[in-house]
Amino acid sequence: MSAAEPLVRKTANPALHVSGHGWLTLLYKELLRFWKVSFQTIAAPILTSLLYLLIFSHVLESHVAVFGGQVRYTSFLVPGLVMMSVLQNSFANSSSSMIQSKVTGNLIFVLVTPLSPGELFGAYVIGAMARGLAVGLGVFAVTVWFAPSLLAMPHPLWAIAFVLLGSAILAALGLIAGIWADKFDQLAAFQNFLIVPLTFLAGVFYSIHSLPPFWQALSHFNPFFYMIDGFRYGFFGLSDVAPGISLAIVAASAAVLAAVALALLTRGWKLRH
Amino acid sequence: MDAAVEIVDVARRFGSVQALAGVSLTVERGEFFGLLGPNGAGKTTLISIIAGLTRADRGTARILGHDVASDYRAARRSLGVVPQELVFDPFFTVRETLRIQSGYFGIRDNDDWIDEVLHHLDLTGKADANMRSLSGGMKRRVLVGQALVHKPPVIVLDEPTAGVDVELRQSLWAFIRKLNRDGHTIILTTHYLEEAEALCGRIAMLKAGLVVALDTTRNLLSRFAGLTVRLVAREVPDAWRPRILRHEGAAWYIGLASYDDLERLLADLRETGIRIEELALAETDLEQVFLRIMSGRDEPVIEPLAEVPEA
Repeated sequence: MSAAEPLVRKTANPALHVSGHGWLTLLYKELLRFWKVSFQTIAAPILTSLLYLLIFSHVLESHVAVFGGQVRYTSFLVPGLVMMSVLQNSFANSSSSMIQSKVTGNLIFVLVTPLSPGELFGAYVIGAMARGLAVGLGVFAVTVWFAPSLLAMPHPLWAIAFVLLGSAILAALGLIAGIWADKFDQLAAFQNFLIVPLTFLAGVFYSIHSLPPFWQALSHFNPFFYMIDGFRYGFFGLSDVAPGISLAIVAASAAVLAAVALALLTRGWKLRH
Repeated sequence: MDAAVEIVDVARRFGSVQALAGVSLTVERGEFFGLLGPNGAGKTTLISIIAGLTRADRGTARILGHDVASDYRAARRSLGVVPQELVFDPFFTVRETLRIQSGYFGIRDNDDWIDEVLHHLDLTGKADANMRSLSGGMKRRVLVGQALVHKPPVIVLDEPTAGVDVELRQSLWAFIRKLNRDGHTIILTTHYLEEAEALCGRIAMLKAGLVVALDTTRNLLSRFAGLTVRLVAREVPDAWRPRILRHEGAAWYIGLASYDDLERLLADLRETGIRIEELALAETDLEQVFLRIMSGRDEPVIEPLAEVPEA
């Protein structure tokens, strides 16, 4: 029998055990799952973002001044749309994969294997990040034509840090929502009443400095705001909040959600009765 | 050497339902073991606990000495489970499904074994068909294949032949028997009692979350040894009334200890003038044993001969 176990890394906590091939197979399955229907999972959200850009920049370009007029509205909008696509699609992937497996019952194929909670977490989250980032890259590729100056990014590493953390946060949140939901209906509610409003109200389409003070203050309680604001910093060197503070908040959010998702997987909540 | 499966005092409650109320049993290596019981007896819950799909409220389960909770990786590597529900992933073909399942267990390049499994399950021609396009019986066989990709020493089959037609059922059993001969321990739940009787060396019967019988199939059958007569007649001679096992329509089922008993019954019927409309003889089978145990009348069917009064 060739049950080879390559790259075994022993850890003190068995829930965090990672070995090579097993979880990579699950990751591969997660990638294949959305790739086989990429027209729906990648092309469609890219088109939606392009439409947002065409419509909003047409309507608002000459009316809205951002960062004190230092940045064109269309240029401002592009990173917002990229980040929004990354966040929404990362969430959509892990949440729909998990609930589909639960509802159809084929999650059992994963649950009877030696894969540890940490390995399940890694495969679902990285798979979802891959979809979010693929869509984000696609959105950037089709929208950057309208704002070519964005290619001269002053702080690309900041942008990369925020996009990676942002997609990881939403991937973990999607995993939690997928574990929690018993029906597609509940998941749709989570998406439509929480994820979509939080992204729309996070400053994708506007700088929060244009808001009345009350709404401006409220925006600071929206973690999605820091992801988008920090991501924009990478493109403009300008932001509503200092990028270091945003990064700390985003990283802390990522850590908290990862811990919650891992705890749920370890307990087997709603998965192992 | 550690037993294939060792279950000690396992209990599990779902809300107000006590699915398992303290089950202990040991399955030795190489056994072909049957787990029988009516719906709701706790069979699937027990299997789910062995497979790590459900957690026990108390008690322990070990596979080849590996605790299913604290040493789950080694336990699950030793176990192949064929679930009762007909589940599949519609995104993949049969071969992709089996390759991915192999990968979950850390096995690469498993195609030689996958080909062998496909051959034995009569699925070679369907290897590249999408799971969605398969019939129910074929999907069931893919589930068997998925449980075998990592060549587990212990194989659990939860109602594996439900929905599989008779001919394929035979070839499936031939394959499972071969695996058993090759040293795999087999644990089977089935509703087809004749299958359990033909295949299982030992049987546990569950009822309301408890083991109510645990013995070799041979002992279970001989414990209720004897013959059963199915008699269609207006009535039964008074002396034979204690021997009536059940009464269905016009038919009386009467327990006999031996063929000598049959002669006496015939003589009594003649003497009392009761006309025989139909008479048939059957040996005890597992179904009768099962029904008897489940009805709670777990006593031998036949009382000693001496107690039979002379007519």
